[in-house]
Amino acid sequence: MIKTDILIIGAGPTGLFAVFEAGLLQLKCHIIDALPQPGGQCAEIYPKKPIYDIPGFPEILAGDLVDNLMQQIAPFQPGFTLGEQATTIDQQEDGTFVVTTNKGTKHQAPVVAIAGGLGSFEPRKPLLDNLAIYEDKGVEYMIKDPEKYRNKRVLLAGGGDSALDWTVFLANVAEEVTLVHRRNEFRGALDSVEKVQELKNQGKVRLITPAEITAIGGKDQLEWASVRREGAKGEVEEFKLDIDHFIPLFGLSPKLGPIANWGLEIEKNAIKVDNTLDYQTNLPGIYAIGDVNTYPGKLKLILCGFHEATLMCQSAYRRIHPNKRYVLKYTTVGGIQGFDGSKKEAPKAVVKAIV
Amino acid sequence: MSDIQVTITDRAGKTHKVSAPTDMNMNLMELLRSYELAPEGTIGICGGMAMCASCQVYIISSHEMEAKSDEEEAMLSEAFYVKDNSRLSCQIPLEDSLDELVVELAPES
Ligand SMILES: Cc1cc2nc3c(=O)[nH]c(=O)nc-3n(C[C@H](O)[C@H](O)[C@H](O)COP(=O)(O)OP(=O)(O)OC[C@H]3O[C@@H](n4cnc5c(N)ncnc54)[C@H](O)[C@@H]3O)c2cc1C
Ligand code: FES
Repeated sequence: MIKTDILIIGAGPTGLFAVFEAGLLQLKCHIIDALPQPGGQCAEIYPKKPIYDIPGFPEILAGDLVDNLMQQIAPFQPGFTLGEQATTIDQQEDGTFVVTTNKGTKHQAPVVAIAGGLGSFEPRKPLLDNLAIYEDKGVEYMIKDPEKYRNKRVLLAGGGDSALDWTVFLANVAEEVTLVHRRNEFRGALDSVEKVQELKNQGKVRLITPAEITAIGGKDQLEWASVRREGAKGEVEEFKLDIDHFIPLFGLSPKLGPIANWGLEIEKNAIKVDNTLDYQTNLPGIYAIGDVNTYPGKLKLILCGFHEATLMCQSAYRRIHPNKRYVLKYTTVGGIQGFDGSKKEAPKAVVKAIV
Repeated sequence: MSDIQVTITDRAGKTHKVSAPTDMNMNLMELLRSYELAPEGTIGICGGMAMCASCQVYIISSHEMEAKSDEEEAMLSEAFYVKDNSRLSCQIPLEDSLDELVVELAPES
């Protein structure tokens, strides 16, 4: 059981910044995220796009903002459970909460802060009969351990960065890599497109375009996929490929998911909170901050998430330490004391006489 | 003109006739969101960058539309439920020439 002071669900900018604000109050945090990397929407949807409305940054790439946040919170040593979705929450007799993930990892904390954004990102699945039957029996939507594909015949589908990147990576791992895409053009970074072209020229990757997977099948495990390719003159050919794995990479879409069943008040796909106070939900001890919450006047902006995280931490502190007094201290005055023993503070003024 | 009329069939099959401003630099996806014609989180996920296809619509009327950009073409080639008349509504600026436009929201995917 992982134990912490504030358990944060969601490693987007809001969840990450909450670690910093909690750290200033000497509260420890642990973060759960369904994605394998931190950053939420910034990292998953638009890492290379500039953001212009982060105070103090006239322009910053979303990916760089996440890197900066990770650096900023490093002294507070948050724990991470990545690649796992928080599925259930149970309140214990002592008032603490136990949150369990889809992989069975258990976390316990007196305060839970849901910073789940638009929800956990789930793969967009192609519209194929039988797809569900072969999930985890050859059909996978995310590559977690590339070694799984060593010496196997892998079929990938999609035309974006993930499809290209994994094609390049698996070309050196799998026995056979085939990439199927509906068009001849790809939407990924130019150098990834060029690398795939090179691998194709070397015969290390089979590229089938413009084509689509129309069916999959097999006995107990996935064994084959049917491909439909259109020729230059509109002629259609359909053929079967023998494969061990099919990895459709058509992007991810966020779904509020299991959080919707936690007994929280939900309105318009978001969690209702007590507006101006501290972003607490209808269940005391559970807070909702950032894009995932709703209240009159709500704006889904990163800076609003930062503000909400700050107020949430103050309230969490009072809940965890009801008998302790706390006075807001500026970081310029109090500095920051990391849990790793590090200390940051403004240099003392030099007082020297001039004679 | 500053307002045009747009007819939209939502994902439940219900038809709405709405007024759309053409002087606010708005696109069709933003119009759909402002009238809350699809639940929050199911439309406009990428904020209108032609990166998610959650805003896919079918153009029913015979309006002359701007040609698709490479990004729109590429995203539609990866989306589901795509038809010949599919467009990404975030790539369609609301302009006077679109008065009486009729569209249908594609299913959520
Ligand atoms: C294309 C685009 C451009 C944008 N541009 C700007 C901009 O210029 N300025 C601005 O301020 N905002 C912008 N935004 C909005 C901004 O990205 C969001 O406001 C911000 O990401 C919200 O942060 P968050 O931490 O609340 O949620 P998110 O970033 O959505 O992160 C939530 C995280 O929670 C995880 N999660 C959810 N449920 C679970 C669960 N049950 N178990 C485990 N993990 C879970 C998700 O996987 C996700 O990683 C933009 C958004 C997009 C899509
Ligand atoms: S809003 Fe994402 S493609 Fe239009």
